[in-house]
Amino acid sequence: MQLSTFLIQVLNGVQYGMLLFLIASGLTLTFGVMGIINLAHGAFFMIGAYLVFQFTRFWGWPLALAYVAAIAAVVALGAVVERTVLAPLANRDHLDQVLVTYGLILIFDELAVIQWGKDVQPAEIPAFLRGSVHLTDMIIYPVYRLALAGAGLACAAGLYLLVARTRLGMIVRAGSVDRGMVSALGINVAPIFALVFGLGAALAALAGILAAPILSVSPGMGDKIIIIAFVVVVIGGIGSIKGAFVGALLVGLFDSFGKVLFPTVSSLVIYALMAFVLVWRPTGLFGKRA
Amino acid sequence: MRPAVLITAALVVAMALGVALFGSPYLTAHVTRMLVYAIFAMSLDLLIGYCGLVSLGHAAFFGIGGYTTAVLAAKLQITNVLVGLPVSILTAALGALAIGLLTLRTKGIYFIMATLAFAEMVYFFVNDSDFLGGSDGLLVRARFRLDIGSLVSLDASDRTVTFVIALVAAALTFIGLFLFVRSPFGRVLQGIRSNEKRMRALGYPVARYKLACFVIGGALAGLAGHLHVLLTSLADPSILDWLHSAQVLMMVIIGGLGSLIGPAIGAFVLIELIDQAAELTEHWKLIVGVTVIAVTLFGKGGLVGLGSALAARFHGAKVGA
Amino acid sequence: MNAQPILIETWDLSKSFGSLGAVRNVSVAVARGEIHAVIGPNGAGKTTFLNLLSGELPVSSGSIVFEGREVTGWSPDRLARVGIGRSFQHSSVFEDLSVHENLRLAVQMRFPKSFGLFRAAESYPDVGARVADILGELSLAAASRTRAGELSHGEQRQLEIGMLMAIAPKLMVLDEPTSGMSRNETLELIGILRRLSARHTLVLVEHDMDVVFQLADRITVLVNGAVLASGLPAAIREDASVRSAYLGHDD
Repeated sequence: MQLSTFLIQVLNGVQYGMLLFLIASGLTLTFGVMGIINLAHGAFFMIGAYLVFQFTRFWGWPLALAYVAAIAAVVALGAVVERTVLAPLANRDHLDQVLVTYGLILIFDELAVIQWGKDVQPAEIPAFLRGSVHLTDMIIYPVYRLALAGAGLACAAGLYLLVARTRLGMIVRAGSVDRGMVSALGINVAPIFALVFGLGAALAALAGILAAPILSVSPGMGDKIIIIAFVVVVIGGIGSIKGAFVGALLVGLFDSFGKVLFPTVSSLVIYALMAFVLVWRPTGLFGKRA
Repeated sequence: MRPAVLITAALVVAMALGVALFGSPYLTAHVTRMLVYAIFAMSLDLLIGYCGLVSLGHAAFFGIGGYTTAVLAAKLQITNVLVGLPVSILTAALGALAIGLLTLRTKGIYFIMATLAFAEMVYFFVNDSDFLGGSDGLLVRARFRLDIGSLVSLDASDRTVTFVIALVAAALTFIGLFLFVRSPFGRVLQGIRSNEKRMRALGYPVARYKLACFVIGGALAGLAGHLHVLLTSLADPSILDWLHSAQVLMMVIIGGLGSLIGPAIGAFVLIELIDQAAELTEHWKLIVGVTVIAVTLFGKGGLVGLGSALAARFHGAKVGA
Repeated sequence: MNAQPILIETWDLSKSFGSLGAVRNVSVAVARGEIHAVIGPNGAGKTTFLNLLSGELPVSSGSIVFEGREVTGWSPDRLARVGIGRSFQHSSVFEDLSVHENLRLAVQMRFPKSFGLFRAAESYPDVGARVADILGELSLAAASRTRAGELSHGEQRQLEIGMLMAIAPKLMVLDEPTSGMSRNETLELIGILRRLSARHTLVLVEHDMDVVFQLADRITVLVNGAVLASGLPAAIREDASVRSAYLGHDD
């Protein structure tokens, strides 16, 4: 493989990986801290993208405002969903959680169709991020994709600081090791859960907004990517942000190189990766050992 | 439970006669579809309701069975159900063996996610494969046959014949599973569901039993897949996606987990619900979504649970009066 | 092989969780037919030690030899099949199944012919008879149809012992069998354990010193994961270091 091809695939892999990280981090936090498997997490991804579409295309808002408002709206929606539907599920078995969140998927997908129709909507790259840049004299790479990767890395750094250096982060880490203990210590977990869940929703919405120009906006976009996010979480280990980061990078890179090296079976490559990890570490690379 | 089972059996026989004698081709096909999903749902109930294996990727085996049938018929000109049916069951079982060996290494939430992901893998494999018809799927233009030597020679694509084959398959599946879960082997599976640690401490090779259960469930799902293609003459990737796995899961919950007859009834109910809702509004997914949430949060034990509770009240009322 | 005097022994058995040494270089030999008690203050690593013996936890270093065979690292079910049975600190029974079914599942393990695929489990008379025997011995016959989850704490512990009787392992590893039991239940259990020791070897962790000194043939004292003393009950009673570390502060 030529060096330039190699570098481009690395960049593609990192960019896709960062997108996946934004979604997977919320997923893994929700399960690790709150004990809830949320199949409908992809809905935040979809709704974030659609809201920006709505705000800019129909209401003519400036892009920056649309971004912020969309994320805020999704966080609010997430808070409502968490309090009403998910909190009662916290102590029920995983099967019930799967069923209820699957019901939510059906509802959200259909609401999106009702509001915006079934067609795939295009989304525009913000003007100042258009075009490509010369990384070397051989490699030309779209600015937007670099920005996406950069945004993801910035969020990863921010999350790391949050989890490792703040009091909230300490509670999150404690909670993912022993949930019951945290509330037994007298810490009021409800607002913490709401905060964590809201953060996850915000990150997923951001991912949707950033991905929209590349993937386009459609009612099923959340369903497709949530499975890959699950693969990331299984590979990385549930409840671990570090695992979500490493897992997302691995999946992104394997997918990217897989498309070039094994074009006929490229979509299977990441599942082969997951199979290998499961055989070697049934609880993921950084998950709690049973 | 026994009187309920007998009543259900009687209803099934009555339905069979009714459809055979009076049914329009549409009705016959409709009921056949319900029977196909009854088998599919019962096979998932074996996994979840009896052994505690919450699999979100069960549609993979339905799809493997269905595609096997389609490949045999469309590519190898093998349309005899006598061959297609057992071969489809076999390939589905082998698929379950392969996926089971990998996923059963995990537990709890990891298992749910792993089954989901591997089923997606099968979906992508099929969707990207030109040989298997890609995203359009494989259409079987020939008619299926049921030829047993020189004794039997039937057009298996005839609606009534398909219906009878499906009815017999569903009846045998139900009876087989009914006896199986009451057998010592079936009891071990339930013990595993109840307390896996204790089963191990008693000396049971739990991993082997789980794998056996997974393979049996997968094989029966493959049977349902075969019948589906018999009925529709089409195997397309949508029968493999995780939304399809979630649908059959809903059937099991609506009917009542761990009751066998419940999921069969749940299949009938959900198909009817979806059909009626689809006639009501093109946004029928909303109705189904709300129903599933309501049933899960408030319906203890599904329809079977409801039936038992009502029966207990009725009994109590009679005794207390 | 069967006549070997030592049934199970550990050689420098250790288990650490990260830097925490829960079990440290424990070497113990248990003779066939013996009742061997393991005592020590809370947090001494007794349950961890039992978990290593029964395969619930993987060993960090050292080895376990059962009937002259190296069994370190074997899974719990494999160990159970060669003859190590276990009762747990918190009763581990099938809570949503009836008492009868609990015992039937245990008995079934011992009757290889009873693994049919389509005959109802109830139709194996040998199995049913054995279940009835055990129910009688435990005086749980009246509760046969009750869900195990609805039993009292003491009855659940009895049920666990019943399951062990059903699989009849050569070695029974019991974690605080009398915990939470009333005085009467404890006396009853002592009788059962004594009868069992005629044909089985017992290793038990216990906090109730009366029970220990009534039953034990040998005692091992664990403190901070290591063996402080091991020997005959009389010797342990007299041992000054044991007294100060444990018996002196006991209730």
